[in-house]
Amino acid sequence: MDKNEIEVDIKVPNQTRYLSLIGRIGEDIAKELVKYTGDRETLAYHLNLVLTEAMVNAIKHANTSDPDKMVHIVINICEDDLTIKVYDFGQGFDINTIPVPNFEELEDRGRGIYMIKSLMDSVSYRKVCDGNVLEMKKRLQ
Amino acid sequence: MNLQTETRNDIVVIYVKEERLDAHNSGELKIEVQRIFEEGKKNVLIDLKDVRFIDSSGLGALVSGFKNAISHQGILKLSSLQSQVRSMFELTRLHRVFEIFSSTAEALDNF
Repeated sequence: MDKNEIEVDIKVPNQTRYLSLIGRIGEDIAKELVKYTGDRETLAYHLNLVLTEAMVNAIKHANTSDPDKMVHIVINICEDDLTIKVYDFGQGFDINTIPVPNFEELEDRGRGIYMIKSLMDSVSYRKVCDGNVLEMKKRLQ
Repeated sequence: MNLQTETRNDIVVIYVKEERLDAHNSGELKIEVQRIFEEGKKNVLIDLKDVRFIDSSGLGALVSGFKNAISHQGILKLSSLQSQVRSMFELTRLHRVFEIFSSTAEALDNF
């Protein structure tokens, strides 16, 4: 592992009460990045948001709301590249079938993946052994 | 969830006394707004001064409240959004849907 690389690997129970913990870790990382020259407060909010949305997604859609399952999150920063992986152990879904929200219609739901895609450079969701991983990447400049 | 409610000039003001409005707690706000409109109240202001973080579920709860207002011939407005919270309304175009005021007092003057 490179001496300037940061990797945070955490597992939390499949419950929304842990959203603030995970989001706060994202915020703290944004505030500690040595080389980042952009707006730290905005980056902190965005990391909080994408971690929150990805974890809710894992809880509600992939782990079928089973509180005994765990959500596994890995945050890696190497040079200017941020990668967040959120693993779930459920049936999964096809991220490509989730439409962009219709802004003219007032739906209660359906904005989470759109918000992640808007704030990150690339987003993928694929099968891995035992489950799925939502991978989100962003170049930090 | 910590919600403080007061009535001023026939307007029910809900102060969301939470740092986060997210998938963990937004369901309670949704139910509270629904209850207020079902009681027959027509004017509701949600004040978000203390809310530092909102996610898609928090936004969804507010959208639900807005639709509840319409179906009960009522009005729902928002006040005191922090800048990062407001940016999430802009990202999802919801700033075009809600009437948003910079302070509670300004919102109360505009019902």
